[in-house]
Amino acid sequence: MSTTLLVVQILNGLQLGVLLFLIAAGLTLVFGVMDFINLAHGVQYMLGAYLAVMFYGLTGSFLAGLVLALLAALAFGLLLEFAVFRHLYDRDHLDQVIATFGVILFLNQGVKLVWGAAPLTLPIPELFSGSVRLMDGLLYPVWRLVVIASGLVAGVLLYGLVAHTRVGMLVRAGATDAPMVSALGVDIRRLFMIVFGFGTMLAGFAGIMVAPILSVEPGMGDTILILAFVVIVIGGIGSIRGAFLAALIVGLVDTLGRSFIVDILRLVMAPSPARTVGPALASMLIYLLMALVLYVRPTGLFPAKGR
Amino acid sequence: MTPRLTSLLAALAIAGFATGAQAQEKLKIGMLATLSGPAAVLGQHMRDGFQLGVKHLGGKLGGMEVELVVADDELKPDVGIQKVQGLLERDKVDVVVGVIFSNVMMAISKPVFDSKTVLISPNAGPSPLAGKGCSPWFVSTAWQNDQNHEAMGKYAQDKGYKKIVLLAPNYQAGKDSMAGFKRHYRGEVLEEIFNQVNQLDFSAEIAKIAALKPDAVFAFEPGGMGVNFVKQYAQAGLAGKIPFLSAFTVDETTLPATQDAAVGLHSGAQWAPNLDNPVNKKFVADFEATYKYVPALYAAQGYDAALLIDAAVKAAGGKAKDKEAMRAAVRKASFTSVRGGAFKLNTNGFPLQDVYVVKAVKRADGKYATEIVSKVFSDFADAYAKDCPLK
Repeated sequence: MSTTLLVVQILNGLQLGVLLFLIAAGLTLVFGVMDFINLAHGVQYMLGAYLAVMFYGLTGSFLAGLVLALLAALAFGLLLEFAVFRHLYDRDHLDQVIATFGVILFLNQGVKLVWGAAPLTLPIPELFSGSVRLMDGLLYPVWRLVVIASGLVAGVLLYGLVAHTRVGMLVRAGATDAPMVSALGVDIRRLFMIVFGFGTMLAGFAGIMVAPILSVEPGMGDTILILAFVVIVIGGIGSIRGAFLAALIVGLVDTLGRSFIVDILRLVMAPSPARTVGPALASMLIYLLMALVLYVRPTGLFPAKGR
Repeated sequence: MTPRLTSLLAALAIAGFATGAQAQEKLKIGMLATLSGPAAVLGQHMRDGFQLGVKHLGGKLGGMEVELVVADDELKPDVGIQKVQGLLERDKVDVVVGVIFSNVMMAISKPVFDSKTVLISPNAGPSPLAGKGCSPWFVSTAWQNDQNHEAMGKYAQDKGYKKIVLLAPNYQAGKDSMAGFKRHYRGEVLEEIFNQVNQLDFSAEIAKIAALKPDAVFAFEPGGMGVNFVKQYAQAGLAGKIPFLSAFTVDETTLPATQDAAVGLHSGAQWAPNLDNPVNKKFVADFEATYKYVPALYAAQGYDAALLIDAAVKAAGGKAKDKEAMRAAVRKASFTSVRGGAFKLNTNGFPLQDVYVVKAVKRADGKYATEIVSKVFSDFADAYAKDCPLK
């Protein structure tokens, strides 16, 4: 195992981490502030990717596609909030889970009707289509570095927004004690709407950024949603900082586990069983991590204050 | 005449027409395919191919009007069992055509065999059904699962690749794929990498492949996994450097998404759109004209399934409702396959067929498709047929 391979794998882990962060940030805010379980959050990620493909097809420019898709994702998120989710805030969690699960089924099928079942693709923008040579025989696509950078920038901006602005203060206050904020004269419904719209836009942004790397297909949001839930449970529900650090931890543990666990197991067992046990163990690692965190700190690593 | 009486008469007339139509016996075919979820595109190819086959035969198979009942197994074995029981007991179908995935096939095959109904597989060919567990009620118009992997192993051997890395998802078909590849490959396998099923990002695996520096890579990554892997493989700059061999990974279902990233990559297949024979030419041209996309091998297998049923009903002398007659007829049925020449069956109900190496290309009309490179096996029988007690 060479050092360069380790560096490359750490980069890969970071990239998965920031991607998870972009999705988990919206999820944790919506869950933390509104006490609302939105399973349909992964669908927003899928829609972001599909909208980007569509607008890229119409305009022929990645940037225009990105901006239009972000706006459309925001508009669609607000529409969903207005049409469906708004009526669920006062219901219990089971109702929310069932209703938002229905939205998943509906939109996955809807996407297939509109764009077809076959996977679609979005090319990497010309400017970032090159690659850098990180190790012998492996070129690292510049686009993956852009994904990492944009995720980090989004993280810093979010932190600034939540920690240093009035809206951010209200969001934090809402996460701690929503009825009290409402009693102090803040229009909590409108605040919810802003948070929700922003969260869906972040998920849509994540979808757009990975569209050039991954296949854009119906149901692409479902797997990533489960990981996002793991992230917010580890990080502490309602905490942006927790979501950020937990996302990076999950990304790194998952990627490094997948890359090196077979080699590590081979030190203590024969190659053939190591090959069988390794991948199974690697796919369990993040859940083991979650169980451990829940055991040691039941509210997550960095819980939002006051919860 | 009052309006009410008019509508009553109209209703009676329609009812009478309906019974009149029913009097002529129809051939009921139950099709079970994966038509939802990320793998739905495979089921779509198969269904469209089958329907084109029926259309080419004038809407009739073996001279009988066809009534097709299509059900979606959702890629879940338990759902598959429910749906197939519905087809058998409620719809009382004469023939079952399906399915795409081997795990669903293992679940549904027993109920179909128990009901003494002919089961035609236009895709899935799990090894238990080819060996000891073979059944006289089963016929495949596709392949035994291992065949296309075996072809790639043989090809890698012939090409003189000394060191190879294998990659497949961590489930039964993934393990079978590697076993199939190694049956004819004698070189060194540097590493067998098992990724998670439905994995999205292959950056970790690709970095590992680059570090191992093999002479070639063999991958089995069906559906969306293949799209992701192929794109990322090209983005990492490995596409031109380390030869990429695969099966069920680069085909017309994934090429619209991978596009240029997959061009030049090699696969094992028993069929490609440019296979040069008159039946295939007509099939491909009409398929593209009707459905506006390039057919993949799943579509070709679906088309052959329709031709097979047509020939079987004829061989049974039109006695499609006589299940024993159909069972015997389906083995004797002779027709010209899109593969070229007469369709040949082994004792276990799987085809004896040529297997090729195909290559992804961008055609002159801008669409992506696979093309034949060379033939690897002629009249190739699967490795399990010898364990099948049927004669």
